[in-house]
Amino acid sequence: MNFSEVFKQSNQLCKVSPDGKYLATCVQYRLVVRDVSTLQILQLYTCLDQISHMDWSSDSLFILCAMYKRGLVQVWSLEQPDWHCKIDEGSIGLVSSRWSPDGRHILNTTEFHLRVTVWSLCTKAVSYIKYPKACQKGIDFSRDGCYMALAERRDCKDYVSVFVCDDWHLLRHFETETQDLAGLEWSPNGCVLAVWDSCLEYKVLLYSLDGRLLSAYSAYEWSLGVKSVTWSPNSQFLAIGSYDEKVRILNHITWKKITQFEHPSSINNTKAVVYKEVEKRTAVGSDDLSLHITIGTALYNTRSKYEICPSPVQIPVVKPDPDRANPKIGVSSLAFSSDSRYLATKNDNMASVVWVWDMQKMSLVAVLEQTSAVRCFQWDPCRPRLALCTGNTTLYLWSPAGCVSVQVPTEGGFQVQSLNWHRSGDSLMLLGKEQLCLCYMDTDQEDNIREFTATK
Amino acid sequence: MPESSLGFISPEVKDTCSSSVECRSPPLIQFSQSSVPLHRNYILSTFCTEHNVQECLSHINQEVSSLGLPPVWTESSGSSEMNVMAVLNCMYDLIQLHHRGLRTLENMEVEQLKSSSNVDHLQRTSTQLKEQLELSKRGNTGLLERERQLHLKVKSLQNCLKNEKDEVQKLQNIIASRASQYNHEMKRKEREFTKLKERLNQLLVDKKEKKQAIDVLNNIGRADGKRSLWKTQKTEAKHEGEMYKTLLSDYDTRQREMLLENAELKKVLQQIKKEMVSILSLRKPIRKDDKHPDAGIQADSEDEEQVFDSSKESVGLFSVHAREKLTNSIRLQWRRLKSHVERLDSQASLAQMGENKTDDAISRETHEEEMDRLKLEIQPCKDFIQTQQQLLQQQLSSPCDEETTSLLSNCYMLQERERFREEWKTLEKQRNLFERERRNCTEAAIRLSHERKAFEDDRAVWLKHQFLNLSPFADLRKPQMSKSKSCFLISETESSASSAPEKLIKCRSDTTSPTPRCVPLTSASTADMHRTVCLVPEKRSTKPNGKTDHVEESRLFCNGNVPEQHEQWNNREDHSSQTLLMESTCSI
Repeated sequence: MNFSEVFKQSNQLCKVSPDGKYLATCVQYRLVVRDVSTLQILQLYTCLDQISHMDWSSDSLFILCAMYKRGLVQVWSLEQPDWHCKIDEGSIGLVSSRWSPDGRHILNTTEFHLRVTVWSLCTKAVSYIKYPKACQKGIDFSRDGCYMALAERRDCKDYVSVFVCDDWHLLRHFETETQDLAGLEWSPNGCVLAVWDSCLEYKVLLYSLDGRLLSAYSAYEWSLGVKSVTWSPNSQFLAIGSYDEKVRILNHITWKKITQFEHPSSINNTKAVVYKEVEKRTAVGSDDLSLHITIGTALYNTRSKYEICPSPVQIPVVKPDPDRANPKIGVSSLAFSSDSRYLATKNDNMASVVWVWDMQKMSLVAVLEQTSAVRCFQWDPCRPRLALCTGNTTLYLWSPAGCVSVQVPTEGGFQVQSLNWHRSGDSLMLLGKEQLCLCYMDTDQEDNIREFTATK
Repeated sequence: MPESSLGFISPEVKDTCSSSVECRSPPLIQFSQSSVPLHRNYILSTFCTEHNVQECLSHINQEVSSLGLPPVWTESSGSSEMNVMAVLNCMYDLIQLHHRGLRTLENMEVEQLKSSSNVDHLQRTSTQLKEQLELSKRGNTGLLERERQLHLKVKSLQNCLKNEKDEVQKLQNIIASRASQYNHEMKRKEREFTKLKERLNQLLVDKKEKKQAIDVLNNIGRADGKRSLWKTQKTEAKHEGEMYKTLLSDYDTRQREMLLENAELKKVLQQIKKEMVSILSLRKPIRKDDKHPDAGIQADSEDEEQVFDSSKESVGLFSVHAREKLTNSIRLQWRRLKSHVERLDSQASLAQMGENKTDDAISRETHEEEMDRLKLEIQPCKDFIQTQQQLLQQQLSSPCDEETTSLLSNCYMLQERERFREEWKTLEKQRNLFERERRNCTEAAIRLSHERKAFEDDRAVWLKHQFLNLSPFADLRKPQMSKSKSCFLISETESSASSAPEKLIKCRSDTTSPTPRCVPLTSASTADMHRTVCLVPEKRSTKPNGKTDHVEESRLFCNGNVPEQHEQWNNREDHSSQTLLMESTCSI
């Protein structure tokens, strides 16, 4: 495993282009575009103000930089550095800006969610969509970029509008059976729209593309409900994480619950492997047999490694404050591996633990207990490999073969706050507070992991 | 003085009389015949003087007769001479009576003592019992009190529960009312909010100085290179069409997936059916053995039907009729298989029970017998030892009593002691031996029970294998079971039989051959037989012969007193040997 040198960035605005060739980073009001393979600067653009949002167009030709405070969006072309485009939302304000899937339109949401403005870069045309709902996830584009679902609120009722992204034609408009719609998400095959209610009520509705209600699911009543929803990449499972610390899996044929995954504080499952991170303060130069030697980081004395715990394991649980809103309890993060084989979850009152479930056996496979709270985890887009970070200087990887922790070998204590896989799965972008660094996976990573587990 | 003595004696005599009367019939009759005249000189006490002899005589006579004794003196004898013998007899009787009286008195006293102690004891026990009663009464009251308290507690808890329920109800009502109020408020606020938004929008749109604007250097082309189209009815229709197309394609893929899955499942079903048929057809001969000939025939006809079915399965895979037929036939087969398995199970359990009984009885009986015998043997030995010990002790402890004899017989004693010791030793040894034997016996019994258990396990395994071997998975299981050679052979034949129906038929026809035991004797003839059989694989005609053969064979094997499975098993063995034979003949 190799690490690149460290680059500056601000607001964690760093993105690899969809084609995987370029890396765009924002530093204050400048936008820097690099070649991913050489890390040479290809272009450097200067915006009018500090950039608060940056995004690549789907064809990797344009980059939009939004400055929400100024209500401004600037668009840059990679092919024509001289070309520029500036969209001013004026005094109506701007809270969110995004590309349409075709990369030729920009959707701006104004302040107070008064409307969504659709700007065309082809024709300079502008169109408005009224009554967008301010919620967790009010807009979603289908994976193939054909359709956009938008949550709306009119006359104290929730509606969903389905637009054809090609010409913003309103294809369907229907009322949903929700009290207070919180989010919507297309299935990866673009045929089913999952809509869920706010946390006050456990309700998940499934609509067909043509607006028919396929199914409604509610696990329980009265207590706080849905916290997160995720489709499996093969559209066969819908995972619903809720405030009762459980994940429920719905199937795509009957839309009934197949199983539910609980997150108990004591793990008695003998089939699941519990990896516990232990930090060791070792003297510099001690002949530790772990992977750190091969990486060659003798700079930091604290090293962490995983130990396998025998079966009854007690997991640290933080009791949430019942008086505060949005209690820190329940499953907030769900992620399926690219082959839909594994599901990684995080329960908020066990913030330092990531659970990995096998979707074939419908059982717990692994539990990663970290020393500090998990900030971010993401699956390798090509392999069943999970990367996670906990805001310290270590990167953690899990695969069915085992578990490794790798120290990021940079000076000045690079604290990994967030991470992003490259689409090829060969490299990983690590984001610190003000820095970023690329981590290149060895192609024989699996062997390393195997070795590592063999030494246990 | 005479009064006093008389007074002293008479009550005693009376007493004894009464006591004797009470206790048992007086044995005085023997004296009644003897009437001996009393001699006057004998009476020298103040009671009798020279002058009043007659009166005394009559008086005593009276007294004696009143006591039921023969009279001492009779008038009829005439003279004043008393019959001394009679008097003496009377005296003797009196003394006897007196002694008896004394004895009974003693007895009575002892009895009285006993009874008094008894009474004491009874009184003590009664007091104890009273105390106990008191205690238990106290305990009872305590328990009652506790029960009462618990009842009270339960009542209070029930009250609490009721209150809580009420509270819950109340709170739920409050929540509901608040929720409705809150919803109402929310709606009101939201309306206001939307109104404000509208207003704001209006204002901002109307505002002149800072308008929304887009500033693009030059327009860029669409990603797909086409020009954008006008919104028309046509585009709308196109969009609808596309939407339905995607939906349709999705359904299509799903349908295809399901079709595939269905096909897979159907294949599995077919396979299951085939396997079931093969299993059932394998067990058919056995079934025919036991009083279900009509069922067997039925199965035969169904078999044919199924063969017919399977030949056109590719055609009928997708037709409703075929599907129904398939499921029905599978259901039927399954039912039959289930009943078969159940039957086997019950048989197995029955056999097990029977064996249990016999086995158990024998072992326990023998065991107990042995134990009893040993015990009996041990008891006299022990007694003997004890007596010897006692004797030894006596001899050792009391030599002073017979010092002279001891002196004389010292050497003799020593010798004897030696002898005794030796005898003691041998007895001890014997005892040890007995002990060991007993232990051995118990161990043997334990071992026997173990063995029995192992045997039963073995048999259960064998039964299972036999059942499993009926299925064509047998060849998969082969490596697992190589416990006994015969089993192995069975599995081999089973697998070979189930692998191909032709072979199966062949195997069946093979069963018609004579006993495999006499193969070495009549090898040529059997080979000929085989050849003819192979040429004519007509199963129905050959079957009945085969059946009878089996039965005979099995009887030949196990003397007719083995349960049915064994027969079956033997049949299998036949199969195996036959197949082996087959190979040999082929090679010939």
